[in-house]
Amino acid sequence: MDLAVKRKLINAFALACSLLAMVFGLFWLAWILWMVIGQGIGALSLSLFTQMTPPPGSAGGLLNAIVGSAILVGLAMLMATPAAILAGIYLAEYGQQTILGKVTRFINDILLSAPSIVIGLFVYAVYVAHAGKFSGMSGAIALALLVIPVVVRTTEDMLTLVPNALREAAFALGAPKWKVILMVTVRSAKTGIVTGILLAVARISGETAPLLFTSLSNQFWSLDLSEPMANLPVTIFKFAMSPFKDWQELAWAGVFLITLGVLSLNIIARVMFRKEEQR
Amino acid sequence: MNKSIETSKLADVLFFNLTRTFAAITLILLFGIIVSLTVSAWPSIKTFGFGFLVSSEWNPPAERFGALVPIYGTLATSLIALIIAVPVSFGIALFLTELSPTWLRRPLGIAIELLAGIPSIVYGIWGLLVFAPIFGEYVQPFIAKTLGKLPLVGSFFSGPSLGIGILAAGIILAIMIIPFIAAVMRDVFELTPSLLKESCYGLGGTTWEVVWNVVLPYTRVGVIGGIMLGLGRALGETMAVTFIIGNASLLNSFSLFMPGNSITSALANEFAEATPGLYTSALVELGLILFLITFVVLSLSKLLLMSLEHGSGAKS
Repeated sequence: MDLAVKRKLINAFALACSLLAMVFGLFWLAWILWMVIGQGIGALSLSLFTQMTPPPGSAGGLLNAIVGSAILVGLAMLMATPAAILAGIYLAEYGQQTILGKVTRFINDILLSAPSIVIGLFVYAVYVAHAGKFSGMSGAIALALLVIPVVVRTTEDMLTLVPNALREAAFALGAPKWKVILMVTVRSAKTGIVTGILLAVARISGETAPLLFTSLSNQFWSLDLSEPMANLPVTIFKFAMSPFKDWQELAWAGVFLITLGVLSLNIIARVMFRKEEQR
Repeated sequence: MNKSIETSKLADVLFFNLTRTFAAITLILLFGIIVSLTVSAWPSIKTFGFGFLVSSEWNPPAERFGALVPIYGTLATSLIALIIAVPVSFGIALFLTELSPTWLRRPLGIAIELLAGIPSIVYGIWGLLVFAPIFGEYVQPFIAKTLGKLPLVGSFFSGPSLGIGILAAGIILAIMIIPFIAAVMRDVFELTPSLLKESCYGLGGTTWEVVWNVVLPYTRVGVIGGIMLGLGRALGETMAVTFIIGNASLLNSFSLFMPGNSITSALANEFAEATPGLYTSALVELGLILFLITFVVLSLSKLLLMSLEHGSGAKS
């Protein structure tokens, strides 16, 4: 009897702790979102999207940073996505058992979690140091290097999910392998691959560390890729660390925009994938 | 007819080699990173040798550099993060796999995953402008009054309550890595065959006994892999730490209340302004050390997780 009571008590205690842990996790999510929305909505205004980043002590917006971020992310995706999808196709369709496939898969998973600041250092060492100045192009390259592992991984996973019967049916019709892959497997895994691309956009649009020594930031309007280019994350970093009230408010507004964008992308990706699964 | 078969074959070979090239590029990228960082760090490696790792002097004007302070900062913050995050993640995984009603599992799981999706700069600004003031005003004095009075560990929790510092950075890191560890733990817990769990329930085991004596031993390797993955993230995290660690390259006491510096925050703060030459080279060497540490941690994590997948495949 005594032992039974003790075991029940231990069980109840452990389960209560588990519930507390869950509440603890959700508590931070709620608190962070609450602050970001509260502070961000207050700082939102039309001038945010029509004016440049101001010098300290005067009003302004984030126009150049928003446009700069869009250019950097867009360019990075353009450079990285085709390469990453092809690499993913190799891993799933040709290289399942080959040594190159196994090693690449392993390395890719490590790059997926590697510190992004090191990628920034790498691009600095091979590009910025030789060009002699910070530039928007180097920032886009750094972001592209962060996209590759994400898209390779999801493409491979999604292609592996495609049932073999589908491939066999296409082969039986006499289709060559490249046609089977492009017209059948890739096509039926399309939604999953797009999901991966969306997740990659979400991942890089908030990345700050790799941009610190590549794109840097620019207080003025500039679309020249060989010059430092303004972007939201680095602007937020600079403004939030400053003692000026105006700058801090703009930083909150920027954080609100980024969080909103990243979370919506995450949710859209999930909903898309869910629909695909149910079909 | 023959011609079209031949073009098809040619296309096949071309496509195969195209995809293989891009797969190889991913591989080359890794070696490229290691080689280029080593080359850039070479002047510093040559000048300071092993002393770099144990010297705490960081003196840019005199061009004397040692990595002890940032390495200590990185390890201390990551360790604090793990101490907090591991039990909490275990609790969350336990809740999601055993306790939660089925209809709640998915939304709660998504909520935790969203926490993982929030960019680190958001944690940073929130940590600096919201968390640190509250932490310094209420929590730190409380910790100093309780834990700070204990012998031995007391010296870790003494000093002024600044809000920012190594302890605060560790706590923010913990919040950031909880979703990663919890997600892996949940996934590996689900790998446990229900037959094993049901046997234990059938013998009259409580939920806790099933988890502690059946699920955890079965998934031990995967759980450690998940923890290593979280550690890898914590070691390399930049923005949140830079915002809140305080950026002091001096190490006067072991108190976790004091501001410090981590490898990533040193890079983020100093690299863009560093003079070319030995200063830049020393910073790149810091980055190289960080990359090698995380590489080892993440490889271990990956190997452990892979061995669990193989094991469960063989047993079931």
